[in-house]
Amino acid sequence: MRSLRSRYARDNVVLVFIILNTVAVLIPLFIILGYVIVQGFNYISLDLFTKELGSPTRNMMGEPTGLVHTIIGTAVVDIMAVLISIPFGIGAGVMLSEYPDHWANPILRVLNDTLNGMPAVLKGLLAFVLVVKPMGSFSGLSGGVALAFVMFPIIARATESALMNIPWSIREAGLAIGLPRWRVILSTIIPAAKVGLVTGFLIAFARAAGEAAPLVFTSFGNNYLPVKWTGWIFGPVDTLPQRLYNLAISPYEHWHGMGWAAAIILLAVITASFAAARFFIRDKKQE
Amino acid sequence: MSDNNTKKINVSPSALYGWLGDRIFAVSVFVLGFIVIFTTLAMAISLYYEGSEAITRFGFWGFLTGEKWDPAITMEFGAWPFIVGTVSTSLGALALSFIPAIAIAVFTAEYAPHWLSHIIENLVNLIAAVPSVVIGIWGVFVFTPWIRDTVEIPVYIWSLENAPGLTPILGNPIGYGMMTATIILTIMIIPFTTALTVDAFRMVPKEQREAASALGATKWEVIRMAVIPYSRGGILAGTMLSLGRAIGETMAVAMLIGNKNTLPFTLFGPGSTMASVIVNEFREAVENIHLTSLMAVGFYLFLISLIVNLAAAYIQRKYAVTGGRAV
Amino acid sequence: MRFTKKMAAALVIAAAMSTAFAQKIEVIGAGASFPAPLVTAMADQYRTLTDGRVTVNYQSIGSGGGIRQFGEQTIMFGMTEAFLNDEIVEEVEKKTGGRAFNMPITLADVVVTYNVPGVKEGVVFNGEVLADIFLGKIKKWNDKNIQALNKSIKLPNLNITVVHRSDGSGTTNIWTSYLTKVSKEWADKIGYATSVNWPVGVGAKGNEGVAGVVMNTPGALGYNSYAYALLNKISYGYLINKSGNTIKPNFEATSEAANIDLPEDTRIIFTDTPAAQGYPVAGFTWMLVYENLEKNKAIKSKNEAEELIKFLIWAITDGQGLSERLGYAKLPKAAVDKNKAMIRELKWNGEEIGKKILG
Repeated sequence: MRSLRSRYARDNVVLVFIILNTVAVLIPLFIILGYVIVQGFNYISLDLFTKELGSPTRNMMGEPTGLVHTIIGTAVVDIMAVLISIPFGIGAGVMLSEYPDHWANPILRVLNDTLNGMPAVLKGLLAFVLVVKPMGSFSGLSGGVALAFVMFPIIARATESALMNIPWSIREAGLAIGLPRWRVILSTIIPAAKVGLVTGFLIAFARAAGEAAPLVFTSFGNNYLPVKWTGWIFGPVDTLPQRLYNLAISPYEHWHGMGWAAAIILLAVITASFAAARFFIRDKKQE
Repeated sequence: MSDNNTKKINVSPSALYGWLGDRIFAVSVFVLGFIVIFTTLAMAISLYYEGSEAITRFGFWGFLTGEKWDPAITMEFGAWPFIVGTVSTSLGALALSFIPAIAIAVFTAEYAPHWLSHIIENLVNLIAAVPSVVIGIWGVFVFTPWIRDTVEIPVYIWSLENAPGLTPILGNPIGYGMMTATIILTIMIIPFTTALTVDAFRMVPKEQREAASALGATKWEVIRMAVIPYSRGGILAGTMLSLGRAIGETMAVAMLIGNKNTLPFTLFGPGSTMASVIVNEFREAVENIHLTSLMAVGFYLFLISLIVNLAAAYIQRKYAVTGGRAV
Repeated sequence: MRFTKKMAAALVIAAAMSTAFAQKIEVIGAGASFPAPLVTAMADQYRTLTDGRVTVNYQSIGSGGGIRQFGEQTIMFGMTEAFLNDEIVEEVEKKTGGRAFNMPITLADVVVTYNVPGVKEGVVFNGEVLADIFLGKIKKWNDKNIQALNKSIKLPNLNITVVHRSDGSGTTNIWTSYLTKVSKEWADKIGYATSVNWPVGVGAKGNEGVAGVVMNTPGALGYNSYAYALLNKISYGYLINKSGNTIKPNFEATSEAANIDLPEDTRIIFTDTPAAQGYPVAGFTWMLVYENLEKNKAIKSKNEAEELIKFLIWAITDGQGLSERLGYAKLPKAAVDKNKAMIRELKWNGEEIGKKILG
């Protein structure tokens, strides 16, 4: 047995090591965030939110250029992803938690987790095969479907665990007063679990909103606003992550600047949905 | 109020409201659930089907181990360079990230005061959510030039003078390459591993810690003997999931790895991964066999991710059952 | 009564609005990054000219992508510096009952771009040296073979980082066709295509990516459309051509090289030109269009087809005014004439709309 003193000394060494490690890792992470924030704010301008991108030669020719079509496009594609993923995510979650005896549940659980673990780039390929090829064109819709593939496994998991947290006795109480099962689930269980649902949902959204890989083969990109409103759904649409990629690898200096600006907008969207999720969780804890 | 309820109970509910409503509801839930099942299967099937031309032409193992990726003369394709790239960058990132990630988790869950651990945890979660492209733009404009000038070139020059045998392993110090991609991947998966490890630590029952403390263990001894062994299943599963993340990471890698499709890869020199080659070449492949080969690479990426995910699930289940008894 | 009146008025307004919307047209194209600065600048200008009625959405995804998406019919026109091969033309003929036209839209040089600290524009290369660099046989900037061509420049002892395209690219096609012509070893080992099995170097996506990597990597050497060197002020090299003259990339040298007998379908490569003052690595960018436009699934109406044709005509005539400022040569008259002949063949359900528009 080592002496007590040496054991405590080792305790301190370990603590110092751990603290140094933590600091050493957190610093680069801070640097990244700091860089994006500082650079991003440098390049935020009014044009960014009001003008279209157009040609890379615009800057040279003294014409204004911006990312308005990209920002709207991101909103459109993300909303489509949300609308597509909610029914499937919640449906699968309800199936797992409310019909626990269904024979397909073990398969569903494994395959849902598998899908969740799949690289996003493969979800893009899947959306390409399922939507772009049959429709014959790159489209905002296919981008929405690709992002929905990212979102619904997360929503399904979150729904399942949120519903599981509701005591079984509440369901029994509902059934006992003669309510049919669907009514119990829709008006008692789901409202009771809504905090968990919304949180899972925001986290899924935050994950999907930053994905670029699935959008490269699906929503494709566009330097302008679509000319018709249907263009947002059936035509190629620009989105922040995919545009950011194109801007970053381009050789044009003012495009690099817009890339930083796009990065901070993207980061703001994701941070906001994360903060909202945290807020909901805290609310729940206080209840 | 009670009057209302009585009324409801007395009136026998319509079929649509009652048993039929239940049937309709259950069926729609099952349909939605089955579509989720179908989606995952569709991914496997469509990747295999779309890539089948390449897989049948070169053979399942032939394509897997083929080292050539020649879309010009021979039209021969093989996934081996990309598998090497994916496996080495993600395992490298895993090795580099493991100790720091665990250390942060230990600090957050065991040492830090509540307010600090709360802050760190939120930060780690936030950083885990920073999109790949955002890390990518930082990598392109800040990290790549920095690592080239402060690490790669000095090391390369040193090796030229002192250890010429080493230079072919190091490769051309250009910033865009395997090492840069690996370090970026490390940065990206640390928060992920940390978050999962913290969760695992939080699952350790208080009694476990108290028992160890009661035996006179120091803080570190408690962690080492009571906390880490108890949560090692969770840690291991979390590590596997992080590995899965690293394997599938696409955009930041494609922006920083240098995109070279021929072996051998060197430490500083450019390389390629399965995900990066797909995102680089998919929209642009002209020949059918080139396109189907990319789909086939996607299929192999699916298989590798599947294995890693199933392994994580297996570990989680195995340790979850025996975890209580494990020392 | 009043109600119906209101209804009628609403219907009229709705109809008016829908026609106002319907008149707005989006022409979707994609392909080569080589002409992207020019085509997108054309798109900007064309939109102003049509009062915002016609938007040309051109995505720079690489020539390989242009050919692929043209075949998949996800776009109304493709762009490429590698013309369609006979196989694809035949396939299109089988599928649509008409030809696939390659219409030259611009031409430009592919220049050697590099980033050597302290060395400015004008390092001289010849075919052999370039092939050896891209084969990985010449590894240093101060290699005696490079130094021999540049007696007046002191080249540093710096590794050459070859930068090539990671995507399917017509620029690569032009570049590798040049290397194939000047080096037997290259011809035997690598060959030419929109993407090849590179023996050395870093891959970057698009002309944009190559230019980007060259700009931030000391010692880098890549190949780019001249426009990218010009727009981003990247140093570029001069080449010794077949006749032994050192040629600085410029519009006359490009036109000189392109001054050849064009075949009817304009499908021709003129790298390693025999012209005494011609620049040896130049080529056309072609716009890919189906003869039977209604067979292209991406074109949904006759109106769209007509607008596509109008844009095409504008691009090869007035649109050429943008060329030189952005680093592209103007189309030679022979190419414009051949284009017009092809445009006259364009049909919508058998109706010769090309002829109708062009007159």
